[in-house]
Amino acid sequence: MRHSPTEEPRVVQVALIGITMLLFSAFLLLPLVVVFSQALVHGVGAAWDSLQDPDAIAAIDLTGIVAAVTVPLNSVCGLAAAWCIARFEFTGRSLLITLIELPFSVSPVISGLVWVLLFGANGWCGPWFERHGIRIVFALPGLILATTFVTLPFVVRTLLPLMQSQGVDEEEAALTLGASGWQMFRRVTLPNIRWGLIYGVLLCNARAMGEFGAAAVVSGHVRGQTTTMPLFIEALFNDYDWVGAFTMAALLSLLALVTLAVKLLLERHMGLRGGALL
Amino acid sequence: MTLELRNLHKHFTGVPALDGVSLTMRRGEFLALLGPSGSGKTTLLRSIAGLEFLDSGEILIGGRNMEMVPAQARGIGFVFQTYALFRHMTVAENIAFGLAVRPRAQRPNRAEIHRRVREMLDLMGIGDLTKRFPAQISGGQRQRVALARALAIEPHLLLLDEPFGALDAQVRKELRVWLRGLHNRLGLTSIFVTHDQAEALEMADRVAVLRAGRIEQIDVPATLYADPANAFVHEFLGEAQHFACVVADGTAVFDESGLSPLPTSLPAGPAIAVIRPHELALCPGPGPAVVESVHQTGPLSRIAVRLHGRVIEVLQPVADPVPSVGSQCCLDLGSARLYAT
Repeated sequence: MRHSPTEEPRVVQVALIGITMLLFSAFLLLPLVVVFSQALVHGVGAAWDSLQDPDAIAAIDLTGIVAAVTVPLNSVCGLAAAWCIARFEFTGRSLLITLIELPFSVSPVISGLVWVLLFGANGWCGPWFERHGIRIVFALPGLILATTFVTLPFVVRTLLPLMQSQGVDEEEAALTLGASGWQMFRRVTLPNIRWGLIYGVLLCNARAMGEFGAAAVVSGHVRGQTTTMPLFIEALFNDYDWVGAFTMAALLSLLALVTLAVKLLLERHMGLRGGALL
Repeated sequence: MTLELRNLHKHFTGVPALDGVSLTMRRGEFLALLGPSGSGKTTLLRSIAGLEFLDSGEILIGGRNMEMVPAQARGIGFVFQTYALFRHMTVAENIAFGLAVRPRAQRPNRAEIHRRVREMLDLMGIGDLTKRFPAQISGGQRQRVALARALAIEPHLLLLDEPFGALDAQVRKELRVWLRGLHNRLGLTSIFVTHDQAEALEMADRVAVLRAGRIEQIDVPATLYADPANAFVHEFLGEAQHFACVVADGTAVFDESGLSPLPTSLPAGPAIAVIRPHELALCPGPGPAVVESVHQTGPLSRIAVRLHGRVIEVLQPVADPVPSVGSQCCLDLGSARLYAT
């Protein structure tokens, strides 16, 4: 029985949904299952022990520090950039929009290489920093720079369409009602974009923690010092330490799952309010 | 509060949006800015509110120059065409906004704000909407909330940008009468922007007609309608027909044959005669026009005649005799107004 002209017969519906589910399970769910099952193949104890390794703890700490610096940085800068682009007409505006997208279109390896060329031992500014005893490449600053570059577009790209579609009317109304610039931002602008902002920050964080390519170039791979979680996973994997590698991978996957869950909650929340996320 | 505009100029990338606008408003006046789209009326309104920066000119509110006064400090109630209600706040929170953001020293206490919001809600007749969100109320209700929010700060001046633009005809008509009443009751000084001449003439104390960033004429509705300053104003204030003519020795001779020349005091040169459909008179007998159709519904008969290839509409009292379709007639332009071109 058809309920509307655009509705397909039941058989087609079931078939289409079935194929979709099968594909998604194979490509998305299966790897996840493999990661977790491999991590726990010798039991929870072995997995737990592998996380107690000092190098593993150092990797987790390092990833945490990199994310803790890059995510707030990119959130604030992203918010400011989205605001500028959405609210003002200025020369170089379209150039800025294109530039902000650059990290998405450039291979992460190149994003890392740029910093090596700039700050490496033979780079443009490297020797100067070297003389002053500051290490940038193959150290924490390099990892932060590379990760910041790679994750730059997330917050801007989430906020920009949202702010453009919402327009400037409410902000102008706040001004005519006597609100200061800060009050306008705090009470009108920010509440209107808060779900989009949280979503952008989540995506940014997921990428900051998971970045491999750019981090691999600038890391130097010193275990316990410049090895982030994704790099550590690769190192363990190359050492045939399956449990260690997959446990660390499972930890990263958990982060992804939490991100997804929060995103789902956000979307449900926004759906209730009748707002669109993107 | 009084408002004085002195020679306002503003350009948008080469195109003049305001081209020397000056006007004076007395306290308690209700002024309409009327003009086609792109005539600069919204720009003018936004400039008064401090939402646009002027290239030159002065705005005085209550005698005080507004040049260095930002939008926040002008004390102007602005009702946006889209209403611009804060979508994440309830109706009550929207109305309270202007009071809640005041500096601590001037901010009324919580109970006082609540009382004022209540008062506004009752004034607008929307007391039962307090806890609703803007997305949950109708267009007409949103407009009242926007108005309540603007009035809650007790503005010196109320500015309304196309206040009825987004509403359907029935609601429009009701709100017109209600808004005019509200203006009188509260002793407001208001300006509203519209492109609807009927709305402007019906509601306003005075109407300023704008074209291409200039005020073509500013007058009380009756004068404006009866004595338009030029062909543009004449045409914009209601249906009108144009007849090109040439003036020589105090007589205007029409370009189209078969129309009787008119006496005029205009100097020699090309001119245009403008006449409203109800001022046109048909005289039976041989003439240049042919009756195309006759509609006798309503208080006026609507007669379409064809003159040299164009159709001209004539309105006449339903009691007057109507010509038969296809018959010839001549047109009497005696009531036309002549403007030099």
